[in-house]
Amino acid sequence: MRWRFSWSRFLAVLSKEFVQMRRDRITFVMMIGVPIMQLLIFGYAINSDPRHLPTLVEMADEGPVTRAILMGMQSSTYFDFEGVVTSPAQGERALRDGTANFVVVIPQGFETDIVRGLSPEILIAADASDPTAVGGAAGAMSGIVDTAMAQTLTGALGFTAARPPPFGVVVHRQYNPEGNSSINIVPGLLGVILSMTMIMITAVAIVRESEKGTMETLIATPVRPMEVMLGKIAPYILVGYVQTLVFLVAARVLFGVPFIGSPVAFFVGFNLFIVVNLALGFLISTVARSQMQAMQISFFTLLPTILLSGFMFPFAAMPGWAQAIGNAIPATHFLRLVRKVMLKGADLSDIAVDLLGIAVIMLVIVTIALKRYRQTLD
Amino acid sequence: MTQAPAISVVDLTKSFSGRVVVDHFDMEVPKGAIYGFLGPNGSGKTTTIRMMCGLLTPDGGHGTCLGYDILTEQDQIKENVGYMTQRFSLYEDLTIRENLDFIARMFQVKDRRARVQAALEDLGLANRAGQLAGTLSGGWKQRLALAACMIHDPALLLLDEPTAGVDPKARRDFWDEIRRLSAKGVTVLVSTHYMDEAIQCDFIAYIAYGKKLISGTARDIPKMIGLHTYRVTGPNLTALEATLRADPGVGQVARFGAVLHVSGTDEAALKALAAQNQAKGTHKWVLKEAELEEAFIYLMAGAADNYDGGPA
Repeated sequence: MRWRFSWSRFLAVLSKEFVQMRRDRITFVMMIGVPIMQLLIFGYAINSDPRHLPTLVEMADEGPVTRAILMGMQSSTYFDFEGVVTSPAQGERALRDGTANFVVVIPQGFETDIVRGLSPEILIAADASDPTAVGGAAGAMSGIVDTAMAQTLTGALGFTAARPPPFGVVVHRQYNPEGNSSINIVPGLLGVILSMTMIMITAVAIVRESEKGTMETLIATPVRPMEVMLGKIAPYILVGYVQTLVFLVAARVLFGVPFIGSPVAFFVGFNLFIVVNLALGFLISTVARSQMQAMQISFFTLLPTILLSGFMFPFAAMPGWAQAIGNAIPATHFLRLVRKVMLKGADLSDIAVDLLGIAVIMLVIVTIALKRYRQTLD
Repeated sequence: MTQAPAISVVDLTKSFSGRVVVDHFDMEVPKGAIYGFLGPNGSGKTTTIRMMCGLLTPDGGHGTCLGYDILTEQDQIKENVGYMTQRFSLYEDLTIRENLDFIARMFQVKDRRARVQAALEDLGLANRAGQLAGTLSGGWKQRLALAACMIHDPALLLLDEPTAGVDPKARRDFWDEIRRLSAKGVTVLVSTHYMDEAIQCDFIAYIAYGKKLISGTARDIPKMIGLHTYRVTGPNLTALEATLRADPGVGQVARFGAVLHVSGTDEAALKALAAQNQAKGTHKWVLKEAELEEAFIYLMAGAADNYDGGPA
């Protein structure tokens, strides 16, 4: 009796929810607008392999080798030469006030010392207070120097050039050969966007019923908790679909993110992920007393989702305890899943472990949520 | 009264975080009656009503509502009871028609469209059916709420302070409607703290600090309290009122315009006082039958707002 499910009541709750959603214009705009905004900001603005960093040169010597090195740096696109400094103090000041990220110092007698075989040194002073900013550029340096040397020091000077090492190392950058940040960020962003909107909207929509007192009316009718829960949640599944669709189109058109894996795997994964987030939103709604609180708690879950899920920073680089927390976040598993499917061409069997992770988290959340939901007011 | 009562509860008890809100409460509501449920704010009226219609599970006690057990058959109770909450609790962002339609769908009312249309016409809102419920005035909200909880033709109406904050004209209309429903055989349990509404009820129960102080037919209540009342007229009533209040033999003094109602439970003391005052000749003292008004002022005086502490 208690669990007899009525489709007509479920549909009534569902259509009521749609009417309310349609009337609440701002929330509706937010549901579609925020993901697009995030996609543009994260996709275009964030770059973990920054180029065109302002660079100054302190030249105490000049010659063909120097020119070749500077040319090489410029054409690597990591460095943009913005001027010349005349003293070490001036270079240091530029680093400190941030007008330059790099100061290249060519020492006196550099060219002649090379010819004499004295192995002189070029100093590249970098502002490493932001490691991401200088990391890529610094790493590219040795290659640039090798190329410059090979080009300039030929013929009689050939002996001074570095001898090739006895063996070679080949790094094959798979899945993202250009090291394009947006190819990594954009698929991950889907996880963040879905978490954020799904959790928050569900929590707020349900808490609104109790805050406005309408839950009392609902509970006084014969409607069953399952009908209310599903009827309220289902419209937001549709919102999740719309968000995902918008996202996939934008990812392809704007950022050229490939989708080479199995669409079925993606479909299964993102449905499961939507459901786990809705369940989490539902759980939050059983704790929060007001829409304001629901919003705050939802926000609280957002921070670890962004920071510990591997969205912003490599998961493997985090300490063990942080990985443990990260593993309890549904977005962590979803992120791996999406990247595997979109970038690495995974199919359903490749993502089984991630699906399992999400399923376990969901089981825990749903159990707690149903325990906490009351059909009576006590 | 051979019919089974609409509501019969025994020993209902409920506490919230250690505070007893309803304390061994008994009540019997006959079928077809208008039953007034009175008491100061915070005395446990709402909690009691919620327990009777299956919204709250009592900590102790048992009972039936329309013949269904309040502990185990809450679903059946919900299907046959109309419950109107103290606060307006329909959807403000839905239109009048959408609200009625939604509630009708919750109760799976047959011939829903016709039923909703009839309700709109009864309300006189048929031409404003597309208006958002949130834009209605207080009185109209109450009437809409009543229409909503009547949409499935329940046998029992539970109204929790339905007229709080509604203007007198709307209140009178509201009560006309309730009496009409009662005439059709619907049992009505209504909580209120307006005396003029209490007078409209067939039966009355008075609750304070979660305990029932008294219950019975509206006619019997004054007698049950054992109140004796003198009607006093004459000049300078304000001064007299002050002296009488100080008199230990007087239970209460209530002013009704140019008349003082002096009441007390101690008949002898009151009689002596009246004789003594009559002798002075300034005021006219006439013994009258105690009425509900006095009875309630008397009861209310015994219990102010019940939020702080227990009974003194």
